[in-house]
Amino acid sequence: MASANKGPSLFKSPVMQWVDERFPLSSLMRDHLTEYYAPKNFNFWYYFGSLALLVLVIQIVTGIFLTMNYKPDANYAFGSVEFIMRDVDYGWVIRYMHSTGASMFFVVVYLHMCRGLMYGSYRKPRELVWILGCLIYLALMAEAFFGYLLPWGQMSFWGAQVIVNLFSAVPFIGPELAVWIRGDYSIGDATLNRFFAFHVIALPLVLLGLVAAHIIALHEVGSNNPDGIEIKKGPKGNRWSKDAPADGIPFHPYFTVKDIVGVVVFLMIFSAIVFFAPEMGGYFLEHNNFIPADPLKTPDHIAPVWYFTPFYSILRAVPPLFGSQFPGVIAMGLAVMVFFALPWLDRGKVKSIRYRGTLWKSWFAAFIIAFFVLGYLGVEPTTVWGQFGDWASFLDTRDRATWAARFFTVVYFAFFFLMPWYTSRDKTKPEPARVRYHEHEAPAAAE
Amino acid sequence: MTITVTVAAVAAASRDDSADGALTSGPRPGGPCPTARNFQQKHEKRMSETVNESRRKVAIATAAVPGTLVGAAAVTPFVASLAPSERAKAAGAPVEVDISALKPGEKMNVEWRGKVVWIMRRTPEQTASITQVPANQLNDPDSAKSIQPEYVDKKTRSVQPDLGIMEGICTHLGCSPVNKFTPGELGNDWRGGFYCPCHGSKFDFAGRVFTGSPAPTNLPVPPHKIDGTRVVIGINPDGKEA
Repeated sequence: MASANKGPSLFKSPVMQWVDERFPLSSLMRDHLTEYYAPKNFNFWYYFGSLALLVLVIQIVTGIFLTMNYKPDANYAFGSVEFIMRDVDYGWVIRYMHSTGASMFFVVVYLHMCRGLMYGSYRKPRELVWILGCLIYLALMAEAFFGYLLPWGQMSFWGAQVIVNLFSAVPFIGPELAVWIRGDYSIGDATLNRFFAFHVIALPLVLLGLVAAHIIALHEVGSNNPDGIEIKKGPKGNRWSKDAPADGIPFHPYFTVKDIVGVVVFLMIFSAIVFFAPEMGGYFLEHNNFIPADPLKTPDHIAPVWYFTPFYSILRAVPPLFGSQFPGVIAMGLAVMVFFALPWLDRGKVKSIRYRGTLWKSWFAAFIIAFFVLGYLGVEPTTVWGQFGDWASFLDTRDRATWAARFFTVVYFAFFFLMPWYTSRDKTKPEPARVRYHEHEAPAAAE
Repeated sequence: MTITVTVAAVAAASRDDSADGALTSGPRPGGPCPTARNFQQKHEKRMSETVNESRRKVAIATAAVPGTLVGAAAVTPFVASLAPSERAKAAGAPVEVDISALKPGEKMNVEWRGKVVWIMRRTPEQTASITQVPANQLNDPDSAKSIQPEYVDKKTRSVQPDLGIMEGICTHLGCSPVNKFTPGELGNDWRGGFYCPCHGSKFDFAGRVFTGSPAPTNLPVPPHKIDGTRVVIGINPDGKEA
């Protein structure tokens, strides 16, 4: 029988050869592992893609086991989570792995996105890889939001209340839209049930599909690298193939082995959190969420989980305009959606931070600072930095933190919207002909 | 036009292929028998001449348009199933509350249609503070843009000045504001009122929102009827259900 694969089978076993004749297993392994040539100058920042995949697996496995004891019913949800924590053997480990996994997913994804920003991984020809990544990020935010309602604690309830009410700010159809989303006039059992369905079925399916598409698109165009230059445009021929890029090495075994180091270190950190600080001082699991949901009482201080706080700060910073809170909602949405436009906003001659000029580096630094400050302010009440004195009575609010959030919201958006201007004026350094790698640089040092 | 040309070219190409095939793999070395040749020619004629692009388009459209409509109609039950159930719709009956135990300066929470309704017995000082708030510090001092029944005073937002009844739901994003009754609690010019812990909206004792708050309008006042120490939320003073 003709093989379903291009090229000879990778397997000696007759069983595997039988499979190969019916399924392109060897071809897939070649295309994505043993003959996928990734640049050999990958650094620390290139761990986070594979780590995101690892966390996805952790979330799916722990999630499956949590659903075996969880009850998506407003009367039982809170109790069933406590039941998992106290009465199910090792239930607490599984639950803490899942809650820690949620936060670590965002840690890893934010670092992964930061890598993309630093090395220009969103630039041509990787626009679609970036867009698929942004869609994964959106799906992940939705997944985290739906999941956060399920423990049915105070923060679950009021967090969902706030986010669903964002939709009621939509002009004309807003209130009806919010009722339709909740399935009731306030957050209730109907809302909990549908959020459960989205969290455990709909969004995981979407996420898996998007992750597959993200990887297929990446392997079609090839990985970027810290120098931001195309190894496919460089010299050809390496130890494994005369046609492959000279600066590329097979993903397996070279980067699978490298990624295993990352996995081991990551799991050390992950376990330390699960066993010693699962609540992470209220940042991973908020204290108020250990109180059952009470529709009649908002907790004294409510804030979303840390990974949403930069966007939450932007929402809070925008004052109501024309008697409507919709502009704030638009600003928050735009803060997320603007990432999609990045490949077309950047007009820089070079991709990597290594060869960018001071102008881009300053804006990038300002953006990172803005992201952190907005993130911090989103956790704290607006009164955290006190108030301006009486001289400021002409302002609409005298809370210093609100004004700081407004300032950094402007910085956040300026980073994106001024990008066409400052990237085209940036004094860049010349890119090297080949990727920087110690073996390449050794002869130069000897001369 | 271009499509027709392409199709004709493809048809011609396939005719060549089939002719070759017929010659090389015929049953007899001398070529196909007359019957077979006749069949072959008829088949070729049908393939090359009867592919009618416009007819094909009509066929696709007649299949695709109703198919799309049926597909869209099939979404209806899924979209509609997300709306509130009949049971949820029915759970909106008026709520009767006994306020005889409510002392001045105290506030009680009542649930009506899944929402928190506050009933507050204001002290004389608290009632007085409402009139002391300068109008330029309020977004909507006369409650022109806010939701309340006709029969409440637009400034104190109540029927009885000492009895504040309002929905304890911030008009920004639906959190329930907390009590900040002590003057000076939120800055020197704070006369007391409510503070939303979510996004920092501030309200006076009448539920009127201060400028600089993200909330656009004052706290809504639900329809209610006061009958001595009995308050019914959800009906108007004339007894009609809201």
